[in-house]
Amino acid sequence: MSIIAEGACFRTHPLCVREKAMFATDNIFKTICLICAGLIGLLMIGFFVQLAFSSVGAWKEFGLAFLWSSEWDPVSEKFGALPSIVGTLLTTTIALVIALPLSFVSAFYLVDLPVAIGKILSQALDLLATIPSIIYGMWGLFILAPIMQNYVQPFMVDTLRLGDIPIIGRFLGEDYNGFGFFTAGLILSLMILPYICAIMRDIFAMTPPMLRESAYGVGCTKWETTKDIVVRYGIRGLLGGVFIGLGRALGETMAVLFVIGNMTQLPSALFDSGTTIAATLANNFPEAAGVQQSVLFALGLILLTMSFGIQVFAQWYLNTTSAKRGEER
Amino acid sequence: MPNKVIVKNLDFFYGKSQALFDNNIEIKEKKITAVIGPSGCGKSTHLRTYNRIYELYRNQRATGEILIDGVNILDPGVDVLELRRKIGMIFQKPTPFPMSVFENVAYPIRLHYKLSKSEIAQRVEEALVGASLWDEVKDKLHHSGLALSGGQQQRLCIARAIATRPEIVLMDEPTSAIDPIATLKIEELLIHLKKQFTILIVTHNMQQAARVSDYTCFFYKGQIIEYNVTNNIFTNPQNKKTEEYITGRFG
Amino acid sequence: MVFKYHKRETRRGTLTQMQMNNPKTDLRTKRRSLRFRKWKDKLVRLFSIFSITLVVGGMAWILLTVISHGVGVIDFKFLTQPSKPYGIPDSGIANALIGTLLITLGAAVLSVPPAIAGGIYLSEFGKYSKIGHFIRFSANVMMGIPSVIVGLFVYIILVVPMGTFSGFAGAVALAIIMFPLVMRTTEDMLGMVPYTLRESALALGMTRARTTICIVARAAKNGLLTGILLGLARVSGETAPLLFTALFSDSWPTEFFSQPTANMPVLITEYATNSPFEEMHAAGWGAALIITLVVLLINIFTRIVFRTRHAK
Repeated sequence: MSIIAEGACFRTHPLCVREKAMFATDNIFKTICLICAGLIGLLMIGFFVQLAFSSVGAWKEFGLAFLWSSEWDPVSEKFGALPSIVGTLLTTTIALVIALPLSFVSAFYLVDLPVAIGKILSQALDLLATIPSIIYGMWGLFILAPIMQNYVQPFMVDTLRLGDIPIIGRFLGEDYNGFGFFTAGLILSLMILPYICAIMRDIFAMTPPMLRESAYGVGCTKWETTKDIVVRYGIRGLLGGVFIGLGRALGETMAVLFVIGNMTQLPSALFDSGTTIAATLANNFPEAAGVQQSVLFALGLILLTMSFGIQVFAQWYLNTTSAKRGEER
Repeated sequence: MPNKVIVKNLDFFYGKSQALFDNNIEIKEKKITAVIGPSGCGKSTHLRTYNRIYELYRNQRATGEILIDGVNILDPGVDVLELRRKIGMIFQKPTPFPMSVFENVAYPIRLHYKLSKSEIAQRVEEALVGASLWDEVKDKLHHSGLALSGGQQQRLCIARAIATRPEIVLMDEPTSAIDPIATLKIEELLIHLKKQFTILIVTHNMQQAARVSDYTCFFYKGQIIEYNVTNNIFTNPQNKKTEEYITGRFG
Repeated sequence: MVFKYHKRETRRGTLTQMQMNNPKTDLRTKRRSLRFRKWKDKLVRLFSIFSITLVVGGMAWILLTVISHGVGVIDFKFLTQPSKPYGIPDSGIANALIGTLLITLGAAVLSVPPAIAGGIYLSEFGKYSKIGHFIRFSANVMMGIPSVIVGLFVYIILVVPMGTFSGFAGAVALAIIMFPLVMRTTEDMLGMVPYTLRESALALGMTRARTTICIVARAAKNGLLTGILLGLARVSGETAPLLFTALFSDSWPTEFFSQPTANMPVLITEYATNSPFEEMHAAGWGAALIITLVVLLINIFTRIVFRTRHAK
């Protein structure tokens, strides 16, 4: 090794030759690893390319108007993406509106529990989060939907008389059958809750104890400490968690498929049946052919773009804000 | 000099183990009292009973009496939020909130009072002036508090602590994480501050105690061994243990 | 005027000595109500208990539903007979079980070696390089892509050219989902090995390759295994990609590479939604219970084996 250090390398010297061989092996090793890692990029590009190619038929047929057309008629072969897109956005919004406050407050509670119970609850939550989405779908179909139809929705519309209040009533809808956007949103929120809650809990736990004591020392209540100090300290991690939940809800198929009602129509009320992009794909794919098939690929491309956009934004956000914080600390 | 704080028979427990044994002390008003002693002898623990910050942790409890202006603050009937408004606390490491400099100082004011914007701005300036920080940050009020240097951050914490016009300021080794020049600045600040506040400072640094404080209390293994005017403690300690610590035999 | 502490607030707040001495700073009327602040705090605490109960309760409800509906269906016949169309006796899920096993193993075989190699690159060579940054970024993004899209993709590149649905295509789809996951966990686990270990190996004259494979990976092997197992658990429940690649069949999965292959998730979908018969629904629950149990057991196992990872 000292030969290299001195800058002299006699090419035929046995030690030098061995060095070169070592470097060669290492280089090969490094290259192999690099290629494997690079497969990721290849796959990403592949997704876009293949979906784009396969959906050419649809784009040619409908053009960009496909994005905001709400027709869906397999017989006359007229299709539009709008109902699916809006359905995806609506169910995701409902899921987030329900899941975010609940997981924030649950994480708030979990962090200060006595160690034994806190650990058990946290572990239980993490474990339950690994349940496959199809289980949620089945539970939604066989248990939640009937409950919604027979108890909850009548309760909201008739008993609470929410149906009579002008705007809210219109918003809720008069016909309900247990399926639809509201139920799907509920199931989705239950699915993403454990993820977001676990992330928020971890972020809360990472706050330095001295910072928390400073807040209490100044006279804050527990809620004020969390709201004003802990949240601000961990805001980037919290937002990262939100994006992760958002990403999951956006593309979720099975949990939604069973309870959304599968009607390719624009939502006009919360209790309406409808569809999401993922559900449309799963439903129609088996029998699709020709234009309809390329329409489905086009929908897939739209979903990919949405999802990709959110993920990229989330990653970029986490990366840049972490750099800023790194400097300041 | 009147007594601001009278501690009677204070015991402190971490779970089953006892950390403070029958502490009795009288803190004088508007003076600086230093608490010295070897590591782990209970100095910080004792300090943290005054604003009941130990209550954040489930298995810590204190028994006895701590009378501040005649009221036993360990009594469960006493309102902890109000207590903490009147007692400020500074920690070993500077802990500015993740907000701008202005917001850091304004936060406790907003927390406890409903003041107009201009009144808040005035109080913030008053606090920053009081903490000898105003000149250095008056152009950077809306920069992040975390962007200041260590010494400045600690002075920001001091400004934050005095923003609500407390009566007592507790300091737990405030300069242990600060460079020597900034330390000097903070020590000068303390001498200035004692005109308005009663200050209690825990310190590992005996020289600092000698420089800054009027009274000194020597702690050893959870007990108060000696408490006297600083000069007397350092030139004429009554207790053998005090003498040993001061002369560096242990600690 | 003494320092007064009231148990209950006076209407205008408490007075302090300082305020009494200096009427100009009498902020009595400008105090924010302590009572209000405390009530807000209490309310949030109440709400938090309510919400955690809701969350854990909801999930427990789901679990209990699966158990109660599925437990009655499972017996020896259920586990050893292949699935048959409705009406034919002795129907079971054996072919689906084996199919899922094959597909998942296939996914592992396809994805684990390149994923570990990729993770090694990220951790050992690409920690600070631009390429490493980009790849890490892409892996994180890929982990968030919906599995439906993966199914579509594999349909295009495998099913169409091959002319048929197949278990193999399903394995490829699951492998694509597993790949970024295992790669990132490999990177994280290798990153936890202290740098001094690498330095001592290199100082002995070992090549980077040897150091990484024989020393570092061995030190992190528990973590690597955990990552692989967790990836497996995650993909074994994935349904959407299989709908586009492996579909379903009632026969044994002998034609893994050339015919649709029976598998658990699609069986559940078919039985639960495409069939009006109660018996099929019950069978679906049984299958759902089995999948849930397997996934939970794998996760519990990894947590026990690798407890230190979670004790941050």
